Amino acid sequence: MNTAATPTSHGALDRLMTPEAIRKAIPVVIVLIVGLFVVPAVLSSFWVKTLTTAAYYSIMAGGLALLYGRVGLASLGQVALSGVGAWVYARVFFATGLPTPILLLIAGLVTAVIGLALGLPALRLSGLYLSLVTLMTAAAVGVLISVLKFPNGGPGFDGVVRDLTDRKVITRPSIATGDVAYLRYCIIIAALMFALYVAHLVSKPGRAWASIAQSEPSALAAGVNITVYKLWAFVLVSFATGVAGGLLASDVGTLSSSNFPAQESLVLMAVVLMAGYHSLWGGVVAGLLTRLLPELLKDPDSALGWIIRRFHGDFKGVASTVGLILFGIGLLVNLVMSTRAMKKKGVIS
Amino acid sequence: MIEVTNLTVRFGGVVSIDDMNATFASGTCGLIGPNGAGKTTFFNVLSGFVTPVHGAIVADGQDLLSMPDFLRARWGVRRSFQTEQAVEAMTVYDNVLIVHEHTAKGPRKTARSAVMKALEVTGLESRARTKVGTLPANERRLVEVARAVVGDPRLVLLDEPAAGLPEGETDQLASVIKSIPQNTNATVIVVEHDMSLVQACCETISVLDFGRLIASGPTREVLRDPVVLAAYLGTEDH
Repeated sequence: MNTAATPTSHGALDRLMTPEAIRKAIPVVIVLIVGLFVVPAVLSSFWVKTLTTAAYYSIMAGGLALLYGRVGLASLGQVALSGVGAWVYARVFFATGLPTPILLLIAGLVTAVIGLALGLPALRLSGLYLSLVTLMTAAAVGVLISVLKFPNGGPGFDGVVRDLTDRKVITRPSIATGDVAYLRYCIIIAALMFALYVAHLVSKPGRAWASIAQSEPSALAAGVNITVYKLWAFVLVSFATGVAGGLLASDVGTLSSSNFPAQESLVLMAVVLMAGYHSLWGGVVAGLLTRLLPELLKDPDSALGWIIRRFHGDFKGVASTVGLILFGIGLLVNLVMSTRAMKKKGVIS
Repeated sequence: MIEVTNLTVRFGGVVSIDDMNATFASGTCGLIGPNGAGKTTFFNVLSGFVTPVHGAIVADGQDLLSMPDFLRARWGVRRSFQTEQAVEAMTVYDNVLIVHEHTAKGPRKTARSAVMKALEVTGLESRARTKVGTLPANERRLVEVARAVVGDPRLVLLDEPAAGLPEGETDQLASVIKSIPQNTNATVIVVEHDMSLVQACCETISVLDFGRLIASGPTREVLRDPVVLAAYLGTEDH
């Protein structure tokens, strides 16, 4: 046997130190350095705040990319699930005042349990059903939250103070009260969530997901318990989405159902499809695009505004909803191009 | 040793397998027949994808039909498909590992040696770290076989293992398939249209036609059987 060509060891360290892994780690390090140090030094407070939202939206978008690109599941209720995380975060924050990391963990775990309850019936069926169930859930969460209201420190299960005179706000973690510190905090948590995604993708569940995405009969013939692994993916992404919801709650202080509209979940899915779902980077790009593009379009002094002004001198900024139109166009272009690519590869005729 | 008794499969009004009785002895058995004869359906019954109307299948003393589908792979039913199923973006090693880690329990070291053994049996040990998408067609077909023989299979079902390969490129595949019973103690059933491959690796063959078993026995004899020739070539009174 030619030992030189066989894997000499599959130890964790060996796997981490392969040239391919190092090559893949370089852009991660660059993005982290830019996000943690360059952005706070260069950009104004407004853009620091916008990028903070992009950090936790990236967690949700990365989860969608994992679900759709690696397992073949289309979830249309991710933003609503983050609302569940935010609600739990707010409630437990007012009830206990525990440290932020523990609150984030609780928000993630409760959202994961909700994800499990949603996924269990939907994933036993095929294809469209998960999308339908998640979309309906997104609408239902919106209604529930408007009725229950977000906790703001009051008594009882819902924790809502009916009298607005002494309305409390959710405070940021004591080590990150400032905008720049909180941006860094969110980037680090987002990096941890992406590390969690990657740890799954390079190990047994990732291989099982790849096998399921390739062909369910083939995965079944390989002994993969398809329902369990699909559910695992959905629960993992629900956990991370709950954590993202917690970060949002801690960021904005007071929440309302308008933070989690059902259509936002659809927009996020569209942007993930547009940004590229085969890689987790698609999630990062989608998170940035969803949050940054509308703001860039609104602001005539932004870099994008500056470019538009070169062509259209009196550009005064446009409504952020124009971003939605651009996302729609992007999605259509993506669909047409991927259909062509599939025809070229002979996947469809 | 697989014993099939009175197996019948229907899809609506279509009878795909019609009261099939057959015995597959240990070693490598061929299963041939014209298109639509029910060969792949028979594999799908063994894998648990299709539930028969009635009949029984006993494999090594175990009633297969009462076992849930995903547990059959763990018990030892392995199969390949007509189309390639390996994930192109993953290495040969990881593609074979997927099957092993879902069908066997044990430490990582055992998994590694099991995967490497499957790669040795199929002659792919030097390709362990190569991505499947970059392999030539004949080696990709061998990856499918490696996925079916890793660990401790009891029953290896190969559905057209040479599909898509040009004539003359099947010699290595034939010798690999022929060596599976010695290397793993599994019973191998090969569905294949390439008769030279069937002759090269199967001691016995069974012939299905319109869902009925019309012949079975030693390869040479069956291939000369007038009933089999009639099924393949067609005669006026058939």
